[in-house]
Amino acid sequence: MVLISNLINGLSLGSIYAVIALGYTMVYGIAKMLNFAHGDVIMVGSYVVFLLTTKAGLNPYLSLVVAMAACTVLGLLIERFAYRPLRGATPLAVLITAIGVSYLFQNLALLIFGSQVKSFSSIFNFPSIKLAGGQIVITDETIITIVVSIIIMIGLTLFVNKTKPGRAMLAVSEDQDAAKLMGVNVNATIALTFAIGSALAAVAGVLLCSTYPTLSPTTGAMPGIKAFVAAVLGGIGSIPGAMIGGLAIGVIEILSRTYISSQLADAIVFAVLIIVLIVKPTGILGKKYIDKV
Amino acid sequence: MKKTFTKVLAVVLALCMVVVCFSACGSKKDGGDSTASDTFKIGSIGPLTGDNAVYGKAVQYGAELAVKEINANGGINGKQVEFRMGDDEADAEKSVNAYNDLKDWGMQILAGTVTTGACLAVVDKTKADNMFQLTPSASGADVIKNDNVFQVCFTDPNQGIASADYIADNNIAKKVAVIYNSADAYSTGIYNTFKSEAAVKGLEIVAAEAFTADTTDFSSQLNAAKNSGAELVFLPIYAAVAASILKQADTMGFKTTFFGCDGLDGILSIENFDAKLAEGTMLLTPFAADAKDEKTQNFVKAYNEAGYDKANLNQFAADAYDMIYVIKAAAEKANVTPDMSVSDICNAMKSAMTQIQVDGVTGLQMQWKATGEVNKAPKAVKIVSGAYVAMD
Repeated sequence: MVLISNLINGLSLGSIYAVIALGYTMVYGIAKMLNFAHGDVIMVGSYVVFLLTTKAGLNPYLSLVVAMAACTVLGLLIERFAYRPLRGATPLAVLITAIGVSYLFQNLALLIFGSQVKSFSSIFNFPSIKLAGGQIVITDETIITIVVSIIIMIGLTLFVNKTKPGRAMLAVSEDQDAAKLMGVNVNATIALTFAIGSALAAVAGVLLCSTYPTLSPTTGAMPGIKAFVAAVLGGIGSIPGAMIGGLAIGVIEILSRTYISSQLADAIVFAVLIIVLIVKPTGILGKKYIDKV
Repeated sequence: MKKTFTKVLAVVLALCMVVVCFSACGSKKDGGDSTASDTFKIGSIGPLTGDNAVYGKAVQYGAELAVKEINANGGINGKQVEFRMGDDEADAEKSVNAYNDLKDWGMQILAGTVTTGACLAVVDKTKADNMFQLTPSASGADVIKNDNVFQVCFTDPNQGIASADYIADNNIAKKVAVIYNSADAYSTGIYNTFKSEAAVKGLEIVAAEAFTADTTDFSSQLNAAKNSGAELVFLPIYAAVAASILKQADTMGFKTTFFGCDGLDGILSIENFDAKLAEGTMLLTPFAADAKDEKTQNFVKAYNEAGYDKANLNQFAADAYDMIYVIKAAAEKANVTPDMSVSDICNAMKSAMTQIQVDGVTGLQMQWKATGEVNKAPKAVKIVSGAYVAMD
């Protein structure tokens, strides 16, 4: 019973990591850069929903749509002003810029929203499922998170493989110069990738804060890093890989906290990453020929 | 030739800068001394922003209120008091920076810091400067390791002991689970003494679950507590994390009694926090705004009349209010005046502290040992219908 309820908690946490990791992996796969500000876009999305629902009294689902729009605009702005000027620069310069953008947003949030922790009310209001006489509780957030992450994964896979803009993304990820010669608008394609990744960040933010209901300017930072680990574990650049990596990290974290040590859980998560990278440097589903940073 | 000239110019300019620097520092110090002769300059340090801002703000309001009252009634030994508070975001490094800023301002007595972690970084600085330090709320045992530092609040060991005593003596529970932050000195300090006192009092600790900074998911810890058959969950942690734990316990259908220490004080003032989650939660704190005694009622009335934020009217505000009056009592006992040096004030105040007895909001007949520990009776409050209610 304990094992089952821990597994459910692990899947719930893992699905949130998976949605965040999908954002990382999209951007890495297509633009070949690590967008470390992704975790902070999550935080911005959560604040937008928090303010709209508590201060403006807007419908929670409508606020989510507004937050997705806001994050999309934010993602496009980041791409336009922070990353596009660096296209063709060394990967290291882009990486450092991404870290800078991340700190910029954390500190802006500190200035605008204040540093006091806010309590985020879950936007979902369905009853929980109780099994085995109440010993196992599956919350509505858990079910919604898992379903949403699977839908997003399938949707993204279809989008990338079946639609014209999606195939343009594949082309850009294979070879930017060749794609340009074939008539693909590289800048527009990368901007689209950022738009999708940032909209996903808003969804991830709401799922994260609905399950773990505190909101502060650093809310997105640690889950962002864990999701990055998940993306690398699953094979960065691979959409199903992000999903598998996210679920694996979530389950490993919860199980090691329960059965090994509540203090060492984070250390174990990162140790798993190191071991996987030693055994299979491209990650679980990563392709061999992917260039690494 | 030109290169040599540039080099010489650079050296000269650099020298000028150094000289200007020193003269600036010197003049600042002179300015400080000249004004210091007619007013007491009391400084404080605490988190005015950041996760723990609710505590720092409370201390600021409580102390300012007391300073205002004292100044209106003729000051300390006939001298007016100036109060200034620096922000440290509960961070050790920032706390030392704030301390240095306050020293530049001319601080003679440090009435801080608010949190234990930051305080540990500052106590060695005040020791080196031999500055008298009285903290309202930094409850770590190591905070008072130097002889110039005193506390208004209980030390962590005492909070752990008092919690175990309170739970056992009032028959609240026999089986207790503990969820604590192993990366935090405050939390582990209380847990360790709670554990040993629980053994003495016959309480059984059926689960002891740790977490570290940046943890968001507490389901494993709560599951362990739930499955251990505990009748009570002891949370020696701060309010921000506790809010998340209470919510997750509610989500998983875990109904139990939660018991905390002064760190839990302020949980009701977290924005958008659903007070129903904390219903029935008990915490050990020397202050409840609804208590019927005269001291508390007068303090609450003055606080509200001054127009401070009601959300910060908690134990920290009361501790800080008492702190300023304790400084006044000791300063009058020792007969110190603002024209004395920081070190002379400190030596006089140190010996006076062990001789005074102060009736404060947070306890009657507060007395101090030379070690810096305070002696007063613990009190507990329970959260009922979204308010702290005193338990007798």
